Amino acid sequence: MGSIVADPKVVVIGAGPAGLRAAETLARGGVRPILIDEAERPGGQIYRQPPPGAQRSAAALYGFEASKAVAVHAILSRLGNAIDYRPRTLVWNVFQQRLDTLASGRHGGLDFDRLVIASGAMDRVLPFPGWTLPGVFTLGGAQIALKAQGVSIGRRVAFVGAGPLLPLVAYQYATAGAEIAAVLDVTPFAGKLKNAPHLLAQPGTLAKGLWYMTRNAARGLTIRSGVRAIRVEGKGRVQGLWWQDASGAEHRVGCDAVGASFGLRSETQLADLVGCAFAFDGVTRQWIPARDAAGRSSVPYVYLAGDGAGIGGADVAELQGERAGLAVLEDLGKAVDGARVATLDRKLVRQGRFRRALENAYPYPAHLLDDVADDEMVCRCEGITAGALRSAAVERGAHEMNRLKAFTRIGMGRCQGRVCGHAAAEILARTVAKDIAAVGRLRGNPPIKPLPIGALP
Amino acid sequence: MIERLTVDIAIIGGGTAACAAAVALRQAGLTVAVLEKRLCGAGASGVNFGGVRQQGRHPAELPLARRSRALWDNLNQLLGEDVEFEATGHIKIARTEADMAELERYAEMARDHGLELTLLGANAVRDELPWLGPNVVGASLSPTDGQANPRVVGPAYARLARKLGAEIREFAPVHRAVATGAGFETEAEGVTVTSRWLVNAAGAGAGAVATWFGEHAPVSPLMPSMVVTEPLPYLISRSIGVCGGDIYARQIRRGNVIFGGGHGWGDTERGLARPKTEETLGGMMRAVDIVPALAGAQVIRTWSGMDGQMPDHIPVISFSSTTPRLVHAFGFSGHGFQLGPVVGQIIAELIVDGQSASPIAPFAIQRFAGWTGAPSEGVGH
Repeated sequence: MGSIVADPKVVVIGAGPAGLRAAETLARGGVRPILIDEAERPGGQIYRQPPPGAQRSAAALYGFEASKAVAVHAILSRLGNAIDYRPRTLVWNVFQQRLDTLASGRHGGLDFDRLVIASGAMDRVLPFPGWTLPGVFTLGGAQIALKAQGVSIGRRVAFVGAGPLLPLVAYQYATAGAEIAAVLDVTPFAGKLKNAPHLLAQPGTLAKGLWYMTRNAARGLTIRSGVRAIRVEGKGRVQGLWWQDASGAEHRVGCDAVGASFGLRSETQLADLVGCAFAFDGVTRQWIPARDAAGRSSVPYVYLAGDGAGIGGADVAELQGERAGLAVLEDLGKAVDGARVATLDRKLVRQGRFRRALENAYPYPAHLLDDVADDEMVCRCEGITAGALRSAAVERGAHEMNRLKAFTRIGMGRCQGRVCGHAAAEILARTVAKDIAAVGRLRGNPPIKPLPIGALP
Repeated sequence: MIERLTVDIAIIGGGTAACAAAVALRQAGLTVAVLEKRLCGAGASGVNFGGVRQQGRHPAELPLARRSRALWDNLNQLLGEDVEFEATGHIKIARTEADMAELERYAEMARDHGLELTLLGANAVRDELPWLGPNVVGASLSPTDGQANPRVVGPAYARLARKLGAEIREFAPVHRAVATGAGFETEAEGVTVTSRWLVNAAGAGAGAVATWFGEHAPVSPLMPSMVVTEPLPYLISRSIGVCGGDIYARQIRRGNVIFGGGHGWGDTERGLARPKTEETLGGMMRAVDIVPALAGAQVIRTWSGMDGQMPDHIPVISFSSTTPRLVHAFGFSGHGFQLGPVVGQIIAELIVDGQSASPIAPFAIQRFAGWTGAPSEGVGH
């Protein structure tokens, strides 16, 4: 694939588990990669390290994953100069074979021969009454507050979720001494039972999940499944959380903070800007850049690894990072260990089965989007309500996401639809009675994150 | 299965001028089909700066711009929606004495066309617009100019045309059109249209359409380089341009500052356009130079699109020189947004009356008949 150059410049974006393993693999294979990361320290979101001066033990920070976190963090110190590591650097654009970066208030450009994008994931947010109140965080945000800063999002906290992060965050908060008001799963328990046999394909992971649930139970934390009609109550700040149980009965708990998000979504902006082909994944209901089993994208010089191109979790990300690194080496004409490639491919297939089961166990909570009120805010950046989206669709014929964007400004704000885009697509699809895939996806534009005008060229 | 339509007029392209023509032709009782390769009003009509500007135009364009400006006042009423038109005035800034002399000459010429411009010295500019940077020698103010939201104007015309009975086909790129003697046969994706008249309003693709009828029109792609900031306190009360055109800026009421300058990258084959980083970063510096308060702001998005540009930077609006009942309207060279409403009317006049009420001789396609040079780059907004 592609041409072979004498001293190829390979760039890896993202220093989470996928990017670090990719960089490590490249360095071992005789290529000195440039590893670019937005954060101050390596680890990504999952193995995020506290800032200097706020260190705690790996066991306290990462629990079961402590040894993995330590191993991932150690990659850079072990390989030292074999990786050109550039932290605190935002890649805000990629066009053809050139990146635009911003580091310490200065603009830079970087040409590359091969690019591995390991851009990770973020929480998927859905609009519900009160979701924009101060005191409402995503589960990932709540976790980072705890992991990086060692602070809780509130004194008495309620958690709402639709994925395996829910029991984990609840456990971490309980262990840290926070008072847990409620733990609510908006997906049905039946789905977890039905998929249990497949989940057993990954006994280690399942055991951890059960352990968290058991420990949560031991602390009196019951996870209520099949919860509907979430509503945060409060004036100017969170004061309580309402929900309906499966029988339709209303419940309320008092709390001063809520952690709520509904699975993860891949950070796909760079793959979009570099021109990767995307496909719609019907189970997780998101557009994902296409990649083959080795991580090759549809663009000959671009490779994808980790959660940035479909959610697989940290262990899968490490495997995919290594596999993508090997694919780059293969394509550069370097010798790679065929047995290792076969092992990785086998492990990834097995992980893929487990992942599918997990996705089916925590299905997309579509019911939360079936009756979003017209006055509910969908886009915080631009202040756009569900009603504004519906009227643009019905009265002005916006049957496609980019047309909806042109008419309403949805996805035009600071986040360019990273937060609201999928909810808007769900609302549009319901309004015009189309399949969600048929309403398309928002086109991205540079910069992928806001760019200070005052930065120097 | 290929749909077949028979209409009086087929229009290739679904930009603002094309859809405005469809409205005017339906109002005249004629049947119309609009064939748009993607979405109506989403090409050059939808991605431009949004300037509704007469000042600074080529003298040949001023009569059209004057007539179009009158239409803008009633556009909300005609289209039944708010296109965010506001006559904020347009101020063109001189950064050198030579620039100022140019503005003085222009103001004199514009007066002959009934466009009153107010010349301001350095002190008057600072009194009037205290937020401008120090690098200002003087300016020319056109109080009747303004700005509007380009993303909504073209689609609103398309909706009105459809409401009036025009056949609008989106995602219907035209593969081929031929003169049949009695009229035209136009093959688009999924639909074939038989018509007595044909309008070539295909923007960046219009040169190719012209060649189907043995006509030469050197259209080159023109990609703007656009930038928008996060919402900021309302400050920039006028739409701003400069002599030389390397930066232009406006602020919408909700606070975002939109600016542009220079050109982006484009791929005509695939219809792709992207801003260029050096233009984005250069534009940011020039924007701060002209409005220093922007130094602390954040850019949240950049974009581009594709317009058609002529070597002399004025459009082609004329009957075909080879084919009866073929009308051309393209090549607006980066400043067609303000003209869209009137060009729609002119197209309809050519078809219904056989001539336009506006002086369009300078826009004849024949001017390129013997033209052999390469399509040139130029400034446009």
